[in-house]
Amino acid sequence: MMKPIAAIIFKDIVIELRSKESISSMLMFGILVLVIFMFAFESSTVERAVIAPGTLWVAFSFAAILGLNRSLAMEIDNDCIQGLLLAPLGRGELYLGKVASNFAFMMIAELMMLPVFVILNNLTFNLQFLEITAIAALGTLGMAAIGTILSTISSNTRMKEVMLPILQIPLTVPVVIASVEATSQILNSDNPQISTWLSILAGFSIVYLVLSYLVFEFAVEE
Amino acid sequence: MIAPFALESDDIRKTFGHFTALGGITLKIRRGEFLALFGRNGAGKTTFLKVAATLVRHTHGKLRIEGIDIREEPEQARRHIGFLSHNTYLYRDLNPLENLQFFSRLYGIPNAAARIRLLLDRVGLNSRASDPVRAFSRGLHQRLGIARVMLHDPSLILLDEPYTGLDANAVDTLNQMLDEAAAAGKTIILTTHDLDQGLRAATRAVIIDRGKIVFDGDAKDQAIRKAYETYIRVGVSR
Amino acid sequence: MKLKILALLSVITMIPALYMIFLFAPTEATQGAAQRIFYIHVPLAIIGAYGSAVLLFVGCLAFLITKNLKWDRFSAVSGELGVVFTAAQLLTAIMWAKPIWGIWYAFDARGILQIVLLLIFIAYFMLRSYLPDREKRAKLCAVFGLLGMVDVPFNYLSIYFFRTQHPQPVISPGGGGLDPDMAKTFLVSTIAFAFLYAYVFVKRLTIAKVEEEVDYLTQVLLAHE
Repeated sequence: MMKPIAAIIFKDIVIELRSKESISSMLMFGILVLVIFMFAFESSTVERAVIAPGTLWVAFSFAAILGLNRSLAMEIDNDCIQGLLLAPLGRGELYLGKVASNFAFMMIAELMMLPVFVILNNLTFNLQFLEITAIAALGTLGMAAIGTILSTISSNTRMKEVMLPILQIPLTVPVVIASVEATSQILNSDNPQISTWLSILAGFSIVYLVLSYLVFEFAVEE
Repeated sequence: MIAPFALESDDIRKTFGHFTALGGITLKIRRGEFLALFGRNGAGKTTFLKVAATLVRHTHGKLRIEGIDIREEPEQARRHIGFLSHNTYLYRDLNPLENLQFFSRLYGIPNAAARIRLLLDRVGLNSRASDPVRAFSRGLHQRLGIARVMLHDPSLILLDEPYTGLDANAVDTLNQMLDEAAAAGKTIILTTHDLDQGLRAATRAVIIDRGKIVFDGDAKDQAIRKAYETYIRVGVSR
Repeated sequence: MKLKILALLSVITMIPALYMIFLFAPTEATQGAAQRIFYIHVPLAIIGAYGSAVLLFVGCLAFLITKNLKWDRFSAVSGELGVVFTAAQLLTAIMWAKPIWGIWYAFDARGILQIVLLLIFIAYFMLRSYLPDREKRAKLCAVFGLLGMVDVPFNYLSIYFFRTQHPQPVISPGGGGLDPDMAKTFLVSTIAFAFLYAYVFVKRLTIAKVEEEVDYLTQVLLAHE
């Protein structure tokens, strides 16, 4: 089972290295969001560190949607998804392969956004930074888990890519709230209380990975 | 235990909402048979092929590939199936080598490198092995598609109107490969609109009309030509 | 027949309910007459919003298991009523909050959850609208409906803890405990709305079935041209 999943991830990486479309667009979009928020709150009296977690996760959420749409567009081109459906691979395994690939690309873009985030908000590259990155990983896993199956669903509609944010944003509210709150705790609190948020993020990822694994065949088959 | 039939379809039905695409297809295809499948547009040929390839779920009936029920063990069944459509399911940003490497990993093929080289040579793509598929013409696409289909050495080869848009060279290559496959004992099902092309190497001919089999006989028999006129050329409305 | 019984039950429970809401129940001390909205708002929330959510979950799960299109109709109606009733209860929440507390809406845990729930219902409804093919619509909407409804407990948890950390003034029905007359009114009102919902649900389901028949006949007609 692992070999085909690894093959899917590797294939997506090679395509990305060649076209360089996905990560660059995610990165640019994310940075633009961070910059816009910097200007938007320039005259505000609110402390940077208070609103920073929110702006970070808005950037991550929209970059994720961009990445998910691109990833799926690649499979729709020339009907390549049918080639994957023909392989001796379970539909659930195919789903896991795409989740892993989406997660990898989202993380790469986010790891490049984070230093920009630190600089724009006058933070420091210390232990806090690592903790924020860890939370980002957990939240991104949740977004990848639900986003992969939702993008498959939305690609079937007449609206195609435009449908994905409509489906994804309400459903990822728990992920955004938990991630923002945990990040905020780390940045602003002397005694950060993040265990509840981490449990919610972990629970969300596990539930949606399992659920989507089970129902993916309904989303992807004709 | 070796299964007697390459494909056993038992009252296969498929409905899309209220529309019945397949109204009960019962068909037994023996190993090594070369079946030409004819029918008008929308008759159900493509749907049947896709059901057999596990790309579309049938709403009723049983289908066995090499004795394996496609509902119960779809992954096992797919190992024996090669499916080629007008879309070649190839990644345009990769070159032929990378495309075949990917599929060989998906199928878990041993000695992949050697097999890929052999197939690329066979379809005449050795010189273009490192060019991105994006630049390929329809004919080159189809050749690579054939290589992809043969990669895992399937015993059942399904081709949905493979001659569409091919130039004479590509048609020859395709015919050569099909002849080789038939000689090697593979079972082949081919759909096409061209009667002569379909009957060229076929051993058996079947006509599907409105989701049901209306003719099933020897490909060399003249009866097929009459049936073709009745069901496809003139068009019978009941 | 079922429909007539439900219609009758709705009427005979709604009349006393309305009487009790507007005349029988005592006027609340601090909130005044506007507080009576509570007897409409809460049943709408419990039965209309959360009830629809449960029914949508059941319908989607049943469809994925049985693949019977009648469950898809069931889910469609649940989703549609979910949009309508959740929007209605948000409106009544505004009608309650504005005159009494002077704010447009109570953005407490429950309040935010209901907004997100409305967004999920609307997303489901939009998904249905943009999928013209019957089979595909049934499958994809069942998957999304399932994912969406499983999301509700996660939403509740995260929003609840969020509000625990960032508290807002809580809007409560009134006073300390509930006056016995108020409790009676609330109970009768809930029962009346339950019957009303059931009536609307069954009626809408019947219409959906007729719509499908019309669709089918249209297709058959077009196929013969």
